[in-house]
Amino acid sequence: MARIELSSAKLKKDFIKKIAEISGQNIYECYQCGKCSAGCPMCFAMDILPSQVIRLAQLGLEDEIKASKTIWLCASCLTCDARCPKGVDLSRVMEAMRLLTLRKSKNHLEPSQMARPEVADLPQIALVSSFRKFTG
Amino acid sequence: MELSYYPGCTVKTRARNFEESAIAVMQTLGVTLAELPRWNCCGTVYSLADDDLIHHVAGVRNLMQVRNQGHSKIVTLCAFCYNTLHRANLVMKDQSDNRFGINSFMDEEKPYNGEVSVAHLLQVLRDDIGWEKIAARVTRPVNGIKIAVYYGCTLLRPQSAAVDNPENPVVLQNVVKACGATPVDFPFATECCGSFQVVSNREFVNERAYEITNSARKNGAELMLVSCPLCEFNLRQAQGKLKDKYPDFQAMPLLYFTQLMALAFGLSAGVNRFDLNSPETQVWLSQKQLMV
Amino acid sequence: MEKSAFTQKALVIGGGIAGIQAALDIADTGYRVLLVERTPSIGGHMLQYAEVFPTLDCPQCIMTPKMVEVSQHPNITLLTYAEVKSIHGSTGHFRVEILQKSRKVDHTKCTGCGACWQKCPGRTASEYNAGVTERTAIYIPFPQAVPAKPVIDLQHCRYIHYREFIESKQDGKKPPECRICERVCPVGAIDWDQTDTIITEEVAAIVVATGFDLMEIGNITEYAIDPDVVNGIQFERLLSPGGPTAGVVKRPSDGKIPQEVVFISCCGSRDPEHGVPYCSRVCCMYLAKQAVLYKHAVPDGQVYIFYIDIRSTGKGYEQFIQRGIGEGTIYLRGKVSRVYREGEKIKVVGADTLSGQRVEIAADMVVLAMAVLPAQGNGTLFSRLGIATDTHGFVQGNHHKFAPLETSVPGIFVAGMAQGPKDIPDAVAQGSAAAGKVLALMARNEPSLQPSVGILS
Repeated sequence: MARIELSSAKLKKDFIKKIAEISGQNIYECYQCGKCSAGCPMCFAMDILPSQVIRLAQLGLEDEIKASKTIWLCASCLTCDARCPKGVDLSRVMEAMRLLTLRKSKNHLEPSQMARPEVADLPQIALVSSFRKFTG
Repeated sequence: MELSYYPGCTVKTRARNFEESAIAVMQTLGVTLAELPRWNCCGTVYSLADDDLIHHVAGVRNLMQVRNQGHSKIVTLCAFCYNTLHRANLVMKDQSDNRFGINSFMDEEKPYNGEVSVAHLLQVLRDDIGWEKIAARVTRPVNGIKIAVYYGCTLLRPQSAAVDNPENPVVLQNVVKACGATPVDFPFATECCGSFQVVSNREFVNERAYEITNSARKNGAELMLVSCPLCEFNLRQAQGKLKDKYPDFQAMPLLYFTQLMALAFGLSAGVNRFDLNSPETQVWLSQKQLMV
Repeated sequence: MEKSAFTQKALVIGGGIAGIQAALDIADTGYRVLLVERTPSIGGHMLQYAEVFPTLDCPQCIMTPKMVEVSQHPNITLLTYAEVKSIHGSTGHFRVEILQKSRKVDHTKCTGCGACWQKCPGRTASEYNAGVTERTAIYIPFPQAVPAKPVIDLQHCRYIHYREFIESKQDGKKPPECRICERVCPVGAIDWDQTDTIITEEVAAIVVATGFDLMEIGNITEYAIDPDVVNGIQFERLLSPGGPTAGVVKRPSDGKIPQEVVFISCCGSRDPEHGVPYCSRVCCMYLAKQAVLYKHAVPDGQVYIFYIDIRSTGKGYEQFIQRGIGEGTIYLRGKVSRVYREGEKIKVVGADTLSGQRVEIAADMVVLAMAVLPAQGNGTLFSRLGIATDTHGFVQGNHHKFAPLETSVPGIFVAGMAQGPKDIPDAVAQGSAAAGKVLALMARNEPSLQPSVGILS
């Protein structure tokens, strides 16, 4: 496992500023208690914990976040927000991280490429909400 | 009494059973749910980005329409619509900069300042009508049936939109009691079903459905009551696949809470549109002789 | 200004360890002390613990000599079951009104033989046992109580209910007249006509040492209210050899000995969103201690402690934590999202951020380290005394660093948990420090002047 190098330049990255602006959250308020991860309903399918995602953000490690599936498995259920002792709304931080990719016109879900049989039974509510979340 | 009613996309199509039973139940309670003319999509899912105003516009347009029609309150049935409209409304009420931005963009004759309140049907039942009046309308009490009530997320989170205590809600249990049945507590009542992940990660939603349904079974439930069309779909569509994957899995009948009320009120099955419920539900209803 | 000599007496409010220490230190110097305690006995929370960290001393053994000293000391007047109702005057000459609650037992006749509480049919939750068991209506809170003579809890006394029923001329079934205590008392000490009395005293200085209470478990809504989900003090009673289960760790629901116990730190503390923002300071240490004591009692048992940080700053504390780890305590770094019952077990859903795993444990018992709060009633008392508190209800010192024990009212000092969460050595040290302030004041025999002077032109 390679060592990561931290410096003030790395920590003043645009990426951290953008996350704070879009989410409206001070990610440094998170004291890494892990309660969000403990209660996350989609965590069983994630490769890194939600609390680890915000830790990576605190350290400016944008690439590691982008390499993981976690932010795309979030269901925006807001359980993390409800239980966080520091009042950090992690669901907004997750949204901000997704938007950094989506706003570059890189859709996570490509509606035109979804096969008919896959989506035939889905109700509008599912299609509308997932397109809202995963397309730019 | 007449209440302005916002249906949303899904209850008009896939979840007609939810809408028709709701309208009939409310009519019996003396309330006409008058559909808002020219409503549009609520704009679900509520955007969690601070700088994103465009995604609130759809919801705000609806709220303006409510106000322009002369109403001060809009009642929703779909939990997602409730959540989205309620929070878009709070933006217009509490965030002056964003209110100005959205009003300028929409450039309507009369700017919208949060004059309308957004309620969910459960709030109307609990706060405006009351459980006593509801119980008084019950002609066919659904006695002896153990029901697990499943809330999902959007009725309880965030706190600003919660219709009840987010960790220990009781409103659906009270619906069950008013109908004469027995509510069963289980630890997954407020846990997320996986929501829109069903589109691209169905197998994960199936796992969630397994945990939630199994927990309800383990705690003695024979029926699950739902309040959200997406929860209903997620739990329903998983059942076939779960039976294949987990030999111990028992399918669970699913009803919308308004369907239970319609049964208890003795309303005809026509309003319940059981044909839109899962096959397991229909089988269960016939076995219980509730298909009348 | 006329100078009048200060009354040579001090008042200590609160008979826990800080108050006891302050009272003894003042009294040993020759000045008189009035110690007022609102419960039937002095001792406070320390007496409820099984063994104290890090030495694992028995608190009953080390405290009872001090408690007896208080009761025997020629310079200390002990008023238990009494509360301070009002205060007038100023430093050197405080006039205090104290309500001596009626015990309905004449302590001048009572010999503490115990015949009454052995026969009393009245029942309610025992405060000393933190609700784990019940006590009788006529009772001493614990065997080593000082004074070891009972009081009658009027709310749960059957004869009092009978009297109220008769006086209110209600309809319906008459409750039993009882009066068993009166019949069995060999010296006729039961006195139903005893009333509350007001005692007025003049004192030169006051030490407030009224202690703390734990936050209610129900405050953390995602943790189920369940007989096997207990707070730290309840677990102490289950561990204590003198406790309701004689030190055999039996879980409250079915009396079985738990094989897997989960301890959860920071329940309500360090939680600005749902609880209090501050750290309660003692929980890291007492959870570690309880884990060690549990392992002594149940050698094959497994202990898990969920934590965010481990705060072990006192003398010997870090070494004690390491000892616990060496003896098999598993520390999991993460908070717990949910606690709920599933059949015979209590499911604990948490995380271990160090290994990056979500962790689920099917526990037999769960112990919650609930936040330390100012004792119930502190707010009312502090208003009566006119002393300033911080935003959390703890007494505010005049200067955070240099005058932590001097309250906003000259002549009134604070010691112990009433000033903020702390461990026993610090509470004792503050008791002595406050006593020092009182003694300096009484020795000076005149008020000290505030440095700021106002000039009217």
